[in-house]
Amino acid sequence: MSTMAVQAAPSAAVAHQNAQVRIGVKNLDFHYGDFHALKNINMNFGDREVTALIGPSGCGKSTLLRVFNRIYSLYPDQRATGEVMLDGRNVISNNVDINELRARIGMVFQKPTPFPMSIYDNCAFGMRLYEKLSKSELDDRVEQALRKAALWDEVKDKLKQSGMGLSGGQQQRMCIARTIAQQPDVILFDEPTSALDPISTGKIEELIEQLRADFTILIVTHNMQQAARISQYTAFMYLGELIEFGPTTKIFMDPEQKRTLDYVTGRFG
Amino acid sequence: MVAVYERTYQNATRVTRRANPFAFDPIFAALSKAAAITVLFLLAGIMASMVYGGWPAFQTFGLDFLTGSQWDTMNDNYGGLPAIVGTLSTALIAMVIGVPLSVGTAIYLTQLAPAWFKGPVGTAVELLAAVPSIIYGMWGLFVFVPLFAAYFQVPVSSVVEGMPIIGTILYARSPSGLGILSAGIILAFMIVPFIASLTRDMLDQIPTVLRESAYGIGCTTWEVVRHVLLPQAGVSIIGAIMLGLGRALGETMAVTFVIGNANRLSPSIMDPGSTIASRIASEFNEALGLQMNALIGLGCVLFFVTFVVLVIARILVSRVKQY
Amino acid sequence: MSDASIASASAPQVKWGRVRQSRRVQDKILRIFATASTMLAVFVLFWILGMLLWKGGQGISLDLFTKITPGPGSQGGGLLNAIVGSIILTTLGIAIATPIGVMAGTYLAEYGRGSKLADLVRFINDILLSAPSILIGLFVYVVLVMPFQGYSGWAGSVALAIIALPVIVRTTEDMLRLVPNGLREAAAALGAPSSIVIRQVCWRAAKAGIVTGILLALARIAGETAPLLFTALNNSFWFNWNLTGGISNLPVTIYAFASAPYDNWQQLAWAGALLITAAILVLSVSARALINRK
Repeated sequence: MSTMAVQAAPSAAVAHQNAQVRIGVKNLDFHYGDFHALKNINMNFGDREVTALIGPSGCGKSTLLRVFNRIYSLYPDQRATGEVMLDGRNVISNNVDINELRARIGMVFQKPTPFPMSIYDNCAFGMRLYEKLSKSELDDRVEQALRKAALWDEVKDKLKQSGMGLSGGQQQRMCIARTIAQQPDVILFDEPTSALDPISTGKIEELIEQLRADFTILIVTHNMQQAARISQYTAFMYLGELIEFGPTTKIFMDPEQKRTLDYVTGRFG
Repeated sequence: MVAVYERTYQNATRVTRRANPFAFDPIFAALSKAAAITVLFLLAGIMASMVYGGWPAFQTFGLDFLTGSQWDTMNDNYGGLPAIVGTLSTALIAMVIGVPLSVGTAIYLTQLAPAWFKGPVGTAVELLAAVPSIIYGMWGLFVFVPLFAAYFQVPVSSVVEGMPIIGTILYARSPSGLGILSAGIILAFMIVPFIASLTRDMLDQIPTVLRESAYGIGCTTWEVVRHVLLPQAGVSIIGAIMLGLGRALGETMAVTFVIGNANRLSPSIMDPGSTIASRIASEFNEALGLQMNALIGLGCVLFFVTFVVLVIARILVSRVKQY
Repeated sequence: MSDASIASASAPQVKWGRVRQSRRVQDKILRIFATASTMLAVFVLFWILGMLLWKGGQGISLDLFTKITPGPGSQGGGLLNAIVGSIILTTLGIAIATPIGVMAGTYLAEYGRGSKLADLVRFINDILLSAPSILIGLFVYVVLVMPFQGYSGWAGSVALAIIALPVIVRTTEDMLRLVPNGLREAAAALGAPSSIVIRQVCWRAAKAGIVTGILLALARIAGETAPLLFTALNNSFWFNWNLTGGISNLPVTIYAFASAPYDNWQQLAWAGALLITAAILVLSVSARALINRK
């Protein structure tokens, strides 16, 4: 049963018995201008697991997600301090090249963002930048990515058509295909299904479950049931702090913090 | 191409290569910045060349250049007053006639026109704005001027002859139809579509809610326009009018065709005159030496006047599409 | 007391027709004035177009497009050299202005958000947009004609380019700003550096708008006379393909021929005016269609 005393956020050494740590976060702080949005975040993400970030609006879960691929550096008054370790390097330091990082950590956004080009070119976009592939190799990789994203059968005859002509759910799957085509290590999902209808949502949740075999996945979701369905680990955040982090079943059935319990039982949020 | 890093992925080693775009990235950024700076250099260049070209005239004549009325090519004695006065008076006439017409047109387009009619008429007004100056000039010279002479100048002159003040201003000694007033009227027709389009865009930007609530409490169209729309868009409309003024000051070809290009200052607006732009257009190619400097000097004056007007306009107008 | 009398006793007697007569009159005056102004503008448009079609149409013939401008006193003739010259000058002008304009607009929209330099450039660009074209002609004269001792097609093209530039800068910036930020983030998230994001995603997304800007700039410079007066001037004969010396062009030809005493010159002037206006209208309408299709 949860205790009444407020405890400090769990230490970084949360044990992942089954997997090695893929991303290690230490003493992470984030500021939008003067606003202190993330406060001393410490957590580890396991390799090839799905970790969900949940919490009420404004708790900082999307902000945290956007630290990992440094997408915040597109905006001049946003900055992050601390350590985010991937393969032994601190990715938010200046020692790591930002574009390389983004090729290794992919992101799928809330709103599907097809580029104004053909489906084929959409999927090949990242590969063309980073790899020297022959035409047939490129074809194979595109097909592979589209198959993995469960979109191949629907678009294999219209690869040359514009990506913007697909339905919302298909566009989102194409964005996923585009991301996995680069064979990243980690994929970040920022509320990927909140703009989609329930059927497309279901398809994408299935997809994420399958992608787990190859990629480490972090997903931000405001839909607790979704988090419960697809993640192995869950982090609950509130007002910029990490309140609790642990196996999904524990967070939802038997959390240690009262605030976590209140949130997952719907008392607030 | 250099291998950037190696990494182990699913137990396979893969080398990724950087393509050239990465090296090009800072070059692209620098090129775009350079292109942007070109705009600044252009303005500076125009300003510098006007001052440079006009300098000999300023030096020789000093302030007399702005106040003198002579234009003597034989003795190289030039004064720009007639041209300056002509520029200002044609622009003034154009504004007095054109502004009410433009605002009226904008009001019609936004408030009164039936939906099916709005599109074509709006397009017609925009097309009118696209007609080049020289076409207005030809229309002015061959169509408007004879009609103006016959149906306006002659009757009005005979009516006002001998009257004080009006008798001088509106009296045409030789009613050819050319003159300051004609030029002002043609200019008015040119700037009406321009100001009307801008004003229409500004009125359209006012939230519909505001308009509907005014109509909702029983205001007539005139009252909505006067008490709600115009005050709301007020400052921007003044800006649009200033832009029209800037245009009127600098118009060349239309004015050159109908103003008569006289070098003297006449009190009557029915008499031929000249503007800075028309003077330059008609004399520059044959001008030599100090005359050429005098003309560029006039251009310099025009530049500064227009510059001030356009700066004020720009400050007043929050950006509405001008294209 | 009965209900009816209560009702009639307590309800104030309000008559319809409370609106003051003067308000109605004022409104009526406005409506008439506004409608009349618009109709006047439309009327003038049709008058001008009608005049062009009538007087210019008379000059349309095969000769117009196959013969060069006639010398003083000689009969017939056409506008071939003027037409070709104009096409060359405007094409060159746009060719010079487009790369600079698109890059500058890109700077303003993509790299310069919030920078003081960008604000200044935007401000000055808007000033240039409305600057009198005759002053631009004088500027190019001082810089490109005087030092080289001669009129040239290059000078004329540069003058036209300077007029076209602010239009292209403005439309490019406005169109790029319309591209949603999500697209930029998605491209950056794949590891694309900013130049790739701009070139392969933003430009493509804004393509129709940018092309519209170029068409509008083209429509603008197609009819410009003043800047050519002292730069490319004119040429009554066939021109030099290397573009030195005066270049025959439609606007200046029209200017020269319109008030000349020769009948055939006048007719050619009208025909030329019709051609220019037709070209500009086609360009303007295409630009509008392009942007509406988006």
